[in-house]
Amino acid sequence: MNLTLKIWRQKNADAKGGIEAYDAPDISPDMSFLEMLDVVNERLIDKGQEPVAFDHDCREGICGMCSLVINGIPHGKEKGTTTCQLHMRKFKDGETVTIEPYRAGAFPIVRDLVTDRGAYDRIIAAGGFISVATGGAQDANALPIPKVDAELAMDAAACIGCGACAAACKNASAMLFVAAKVSQLAHLPQGQPERKRRVLNMVAQMDKEGFGSCTNQYECEAVCPKEISVRVIAEMNRDYLCATLVGAE
Amino acid sequence: MKLDSKIPTGPIDKAWDKHRFEMKLVNPANKRKFTVLVVGSGLAGAAAAASLAELGYKVHCFAFQDSPRRAHSIAAQGGINAAKNYQNDGDSIWRLFYDTVKGGDYRAREGNVYRLAQVSANIIDQCVAAGVPFAREYGGQLSNRSFGGAQVSRTFYARGQTGQQLLLGAYSGLERQIGLGNVIMHNRSEMLDLVLVGGHARGIVTRDLVSGKVQSWAGDAVCLATGGYGNAFFLSTNAQGCNVTATWRAHKRGALFANPCFTQIHPTCIPVSGDHQSKLTLMSESLRNDGRIWVPKSKADVGKDPRQIPEDARDYYLERKYPSFGNLVPRDVASRNAKMVCDEGRGVGPGGLGVYLDFSDAIKRLGENVIRERYGNLFEMYERITDENPYQVPMRIYPAIHYSMGGLWVDYNLMSNVPGLHVLGEANFSDHGANRLGASALMQGLADGYFVIPYTIGNYLATAKQPKVTTDAPEFKAAEAEVNARVQKLLNVKGKRSPTSFHKELGKLLWDKCGMARNAEGLQKALEQIPRIREEFWKNVNVLGDGESYNVSLEKAGRVADFLEFGELMCRDALHRNESCGGHFREEYQTEDGEALRNDEEFRYVAAWEYTGNLGAPTLHKEPLEFDNVHLATRNYQ
Repeated sequence: MNLTLKIWRQKNADAKGGIEAYDAPDISPDMSFLEMLDVVNERLIDKGQEPVAFDHDCREGICGMCSLVINGIPHGKEKGTTTCQLHMRKFKDGETVTIEPYRAGAFPIVRDLVTDRGAYDRIIAAGGFISVATGGAQDANALPIPKVDAELAMDAAACIGCGACAAACKNASAMLFVAAKVSQLAHLPQGQPERKRRVLNMVAQMDKEGFGSCTNQYECEAVCPKEISVRVIAEMNRDYLCATLVGAE
Repeated sequence: MKLDSKIPTGPIDKAWDKHRFEMKLVNPANKRKFTVLVVGSGLAGAAAAASLAELGYKVHCFAFQDSPRRAHSIAAQGGINAAKNYQNDGDSIWRLFYDTVKGGDYRAREGNVYRLAQVSANIIDQCVAAGVPFAREYGGQLSNRSFGGAQVSRTFYARGQTGQQLLLGAYSGLERQIGLGNVIMHNRSEMLDLVLVGGHARGIVTRDLVSGKVQSWAGDAVCLATGGYGNAFFLSTNAQGCNVTATWRAHKRGALFANPCFTQIHPTCIPVSGDHQSKLTLMSESLRNDGRIWVPKSKADVGKDPRQIPEDARDYYLERKYPSFGNLVPRDVASRNAKMVCDEGRGVGPGGLGVYLDFSDAIKRLGENVIRERYGNLFEMYERITDENPYQVPMRIYPAIHYSMGGLWVDYNLMSNVPGLHVLGEANFSDHGANRLGASALMQGLADGYFVIPYTIGNYLATAKQPKVTTDAPEFKAAEAEVNARVQKLLNVKGKRSPTSFHKELGKLLWDKCGMARNAEGLQKALEQIPRIREEFWKNVNVLGDGESYNVSLEKAGRVADFLEFGELMCRDALHRNESCGGHFREEYQTEDGEALRNDEEFRYVAAWEYTGNLGAPTLHKEPLEFDNVHLATRNYQ
């Protein structure tokens, strides 16, 4: 198949960027989207042009490194799918495909389609953990956890931290990401001692990073490659309200 | 050079306790005076960095990705082994130890493996305490399954995302220490050299991948937890960024590289679809619990719709050859047999490189819903990639490079022959011998990071008594200059071929000559060809852009250059080892039935290679392996 690509090119964080058009002929429908970009890049190198920079690593939908806004949608239109798992057979011959980086103030552009998502790490560092040092843990079965709680925690824990939720949100809100971690730990007995402190600290860091607020549009849920439910946002709001009323302790 | 494994004397089940008591401690008030550099942030690196910071050491941690949470440990699906015996089915530390030594085809060090089995139980406790949502039974107890052909149920799991959940657990501990200021994290930073001062590892040189800045870091000890070298083959199940650069640079500074020819081929991967292929996708081998593997009996049938091939025209070759283990034989045996039937011309799919993994009997027996519950996510992934529905048509699978059992040589303390240089997780060679069992990689990464290095590094720091150094030392300046010169050299070639084209050429050669089956003739050819590819690379590689910005071509070129050197050592090791064992199958050494023929008389040793300055002539050092507790036997899965 033959495609036209419109790709955001930007030399570095300070440079002015712009959309450039590239022809992408002879694309196999069996290629993944990133393999298509590999082929385009190899052809650019052969022509003496610098390849398009994009983030990617595991290419099996779990590391959360790939991003891209494809035809206006983070990770493309295929539901529950990361960019690396999107295949070219989902596109039509002759189609024009627009590829942009995530756009959110808290995710500054590094180069071309690569953004800096360090803000997510800093939110985890502010409270997305259980304070337990190595050694001294009790026997794992000494603390029974009902299956339903473990499953609810796992539903939230499936988050890969890719940033699509914030990129899709018109407010650039990181609520789905933050709430997924809050919900995971709130459903587990181990998470109880720091439950209030955690939600207060993580939300404070989220605000500090410049992410917007949630206005219940659910675009985050629609683009989440792991299909994390906005239920977690409701749970976080409840915990946040409680913690604000009674304090961290 | 005499290789001293430093295995404690006395009974193996008391060795670690005895050693822990005998090791020197660092006074709590003195810990903050020591700086440890941890390279890599996967299970081993993140666990080590967090645990060392909790103890009070100053820690710097380096990752080439944009966040420590991206490390490739995240991709492990199936589970993690631990000798908890929660199922009351006869498991024990001794049995996990025995299975691991046997599974590794008697090429692992007993003492290390026993300790691994011992601490396995602590790992599960630690992970649960950190909030890892393992699968549970209705009564609230942890759920276990049997995995990779083990005869006991000792595998803990979190849906099909066990690696992800364990890594995020270790990552959250690491982020906590980063937030407290105890770990300084350096993302998008690649280690490009190891710095020795007075014969001890005292620092590293990194390149900031965004700004291009080359910088030195000094410390009192270095921990490499940089994963495996499977991407030497270009196509593998590894992430795109996985590379050998950190360990190879350390090797060129004196660290011995052990058993580089021991690479694991995973039997259940999605076959290659074309030249554009950038990686191979693994599907959990739990699929073999219910899927039946077959190819047509006759070559004439390979192009037919598999549903039209009658039962008596199918060859369920694993069930035929190994009636007691059937489709659940270990990874190396399953992979080799798939290659054999494809070599006979009975492979299916594009290029004849595939075998069927058929669920139709299981669906008939259990119903589609049960199969969907067990494997739904894997079936979905398969369909997404191949556009075929595995509920209706048998899956096609083919083996792919997956894991590196070889790595830098380390002693019982996880220290290499270079004092102060410690190597953790997949990057070292120590625990899996010639073949790794399923659900053991996660176990080793966390064992090394959580429960071994926090003890052994203290002993090193308390006894090494090295003077403080700073990055102003001439050794750092010299290493920085070398790194800068190499970056410039890559940029200055200005040839015609992309770095990826060289990587593909090397990968294909290694897969053909040093892949699932090897022979002396092929390996000799590879040893002639690799230096030629390397020479061509340095004459004709085309690295565009500059060294002062985010440059993906430059990153890639540096890694390919190291693979081009490392690949030669891998072939040399495979050529010297005149036996077949585990993932290393030499065609000249097989039984009449086509099974691996080990040679314990001559090759019961670790092959540790020393860089001599001449890539064509490394020096071989041998560490003999003693088996005092596990009886040497031929693995038999019939």
